[in-house]
Amino acid sequence: MRKKEMIAMLLAGGQGSRLGVLTRNVAKPAVTFGGKYRIIDFPLSNCINSGVDTVGVLTQYQPLRLNQHIGIGIPWDLDRKSGGVTILAPHVKGGGDSGEWFMGTANAIYQNLEYIESNNPEYVLILSGDHIYKMDYSAMLDFHKEKKAAATIAVLEVPFEEASRFGIMNTEGDDKIYEFEEKPENPKSNLASMGIYIFTWSRLREALIEDSKVHPDSDFGNHIIPRMLEEGQTMYAYRFKGYWKDVGTIESYWQANMELIRTLPDFNLYEDFWKIYTNTDHQPPQYTGPEANIKTSIVSDGCEVYGQVYNSILGPNVIVKKGAVIRDSIIMGDTVIGENSQLDRCIIDEDSHVGDNVKIGVGDNIENEMKPKIYNTGITVVGHMTTIPNNVVIGKNCVLLGNTTEKDFADGILQSGKSVIVEEVNL
Amino acid sequence: MRAIGVILAGGNNEGRMGVLTDFRASAALPVGSCYRAIDFAMSSMSSSGIQKVAVLTQYNSRSLHDHLGSAKWWDLGRKQGGLFVLSPYISRMDNNWFRGTADSMYQNMSFLRRSNTPYVVIASGDAVYKMDFKKVLEYHEEKNADITVVYKDMSGKDLSKYGIMQMDSDKRLQEFEEKPLQANSNMASLGIYVIGRELLIDLLEKVIAKGKYDFVKDIIIEFRKELKIYGYEFNGYWNSVGSSVVDYFNTNMDFLNKDIRDAFVHQYPYIETKPKDEPPAKYNSNAEVKNSIIGSGSIINSKVENSVVFRKVYVGDHATVENSIIMEGSRIGNGCVVKYAILDKDVVLTDGKQVIGKPDNPQILRKGTVL
Repeated sequence: MRKKEMIAMLLAGGQGSRLGVLTRNVAKPAVTFGGKYRIIDFPLSNCINSGVDTVGVLTQYQPLRLNQHIGIGIPWDLDRKSGGVTILAPHVKGGGDSGEWFMGTANAIYQNLEYIESNNPEYVLILSGDHIYKMDYSAMLDFHKEKKAAATIAVLEVPFEEASRFGIMNTEGDDKIYEFEEKPENPKSNLASMGIYIFTWSRLREALIEDSKVHPDSDFGNHIIPRMLEEGQTMYAYRFKGYWKDVGTIESYWQANMELIRTLPDFNLYEDFWKIYTNTDHQPPQYTGPEANIKTSIVSDGCEVYGQVYNSILGPNVIVKKGAVIRDSIIMGDTVIGENSQLDRCIIDEDSHVGDNVKIGVGDNIENEMKPKIYNTGITVVGHMTTIPNNVVIGKNCVLLGNTTEKDFADGILQSGKSVIVEEVNL
Repeated sequence: MRAIGVILAGGNNEGRMGVLTDFRASAALPVGSCYRAIDFAMSSMSSSGIQKVAVLTQYNSRSLHDHLGSAKWWDLGRKQGGLFVLSPYISRMDNNWFRGTADSMYQNMSFLRRSNTPYVVIASGDAVYKMDFKKVLEYHEEKNADITVVYKDMSGKDLSKYGIMQMDSDKRLQEFEEKPLQANSNMASLGIYVIGRELLIDLLEKVIAKGKYDFVKDIIIEFRKELKIYGYEFNGYWNSVGSSVVDYFNTNMDFLNKDIRDAFVHQYPYIETKPKDEPPAKYNSNAEVKNSIIGSGSIINSKVENSVVFRKVYVGDHATVENSIIMEGSRIGNGCVVKYAILDKDVVLTDGKQVIGKPDNPQILRKGTVL
């Protein structure tokens, strides 16, 4: 039987609903980041860079793009004869039971016990596909072994005033955890859980099986960790010092992207050590035309820029036509920006087409009428495969999705805070 | 596809490329910011459905082996067929280097014998083009040819670099002159051939036994009357990067032309290459880039015009780069001026240096030069 010291289980089934229309067609881990990457590239690259060559990716919500992206794992060197990457989807179990969805983070792992057992690991690393960071999981494993822990939880020191937004680990002097509090009102510590756990497999296995009997929606934060603490298991907090970003909201997603265009970004993608890998099926040259002007921006392979781009991020194969001016925006892969269009503070998702003479991001900062909690910082978001006709003016905090036409824009204008969602009829 | 492929990538082109081939075979010459010359032949074969390809290397093959280390980028990482990188070796019977193009195939006869396709497509590894070999093969069968030679009308070009073909009205080869001083036709062989596999084996055995080793001289020219050799006209873009430094320079600059770039870069089938996983190119606040290609992982702080910049290049503050080719990993310091130059890989220009060449004679800095 094959034996792996540590395998990773990557939870990639979440929708990431606070990213609004960006996760309409794809799971959050498949959302692009930093031009050419997708969020899941960061934990996957961390795995292979840490020497973890067996990764189970648990999918549930809108998995198509994720499945296509991961394939057999070639970009991350995770195409292995033994181990490698395996997509684990909810499925119908044998024995006459009907299948069920993954009901919670721990429940998802519980439903894939068989996969873990087939790799016969000593330790299991639990990851989520939600965060931007570089981390050496092998150093965390060394810590886990040194402490002879049943579980080690990676933590980040956050400012005390923000601690009540996180799951907080209360620890003794040597970082041994004695208590876990989810979003405490009066935090006793500022060690926030990063959602990265290493478990000694035999202990986790037991906890998963026991917990499944009482919690059909078994969750690591709410059930497994409190249960193991109660049982008196040895659990340690592993302090991570480095860049770590949750890109859970439109604003934090936009901010984290924009940090990359600084002259010296906190998160450096340009060093040879600890590269981040991604699946770009072919990586053609990027061309900047004779009348183009690009400043303080990052531009991915295959782009053709004839217009002006300032403080922005262009994904692969974006075309910016003559006279177009893009400022403070994120333009995802394979999107075309028409002639003389002006884009300010917007996010345009993949495979979209913005017509000529379009203005986006004009007017007052009025929060979105339909979803004020999601779109409220002035950023207009254009969803996947959206078409915007020529000569229209679009405000702030707007949402557009689908094949829009002049009819959707009264007097050629979409006021701030309004949305146009054109549903596909009969796919 | 009823053919196997053979890519001749052994040459260093007799010193015509200067220091550019000090460290690499001409087939490994970097092109268009992210490719190597051999990618064009490899991708053409792969997209034409050829599933078994041999690359014959000899001269300075380290960089080629590095590049071809995994065949999966060209979909040639296969259990059935796939990529064979073949170098000369010493055995009990034979310790020869490849003595010519025919000899290089002869010495790898087992590759030809252990195949069962009726045809072989032979191509050189140092030209930039995209070709559908399926069409060449169809033509070959239609003509019932023994050998088909792909040619291009090179009117107006310096014909003395090429093998010049004279054909009858049916495109059957009459005369073939290698690098003639006075050309009798404008039709130049592109060094791309289709030939029956068993016929190739027979011919190789015949000529090697007579101590002859060159495919063009000792097979094409020698048997031009005896065999039915036909020409197939290719009208697309084709340029050899291995024939001269100026050709190399101009071929790279051709990628600034939209039509040519579109044909290679944006129109399917794509030219594939080994990915390097660099982040997107970074344009800082004083970047001023016009009519240029910028490779991924590069960081630009000042002026770049009419240039092809490869991956991971750094251009410092107040520098000027014009009409130049800057290869992977080079660093151009603050205030440097680079015009009509080719900076090979990993060249470092410290602050304030000037490298200025001429359009017909670009200045070349050898790989790893520090100025």
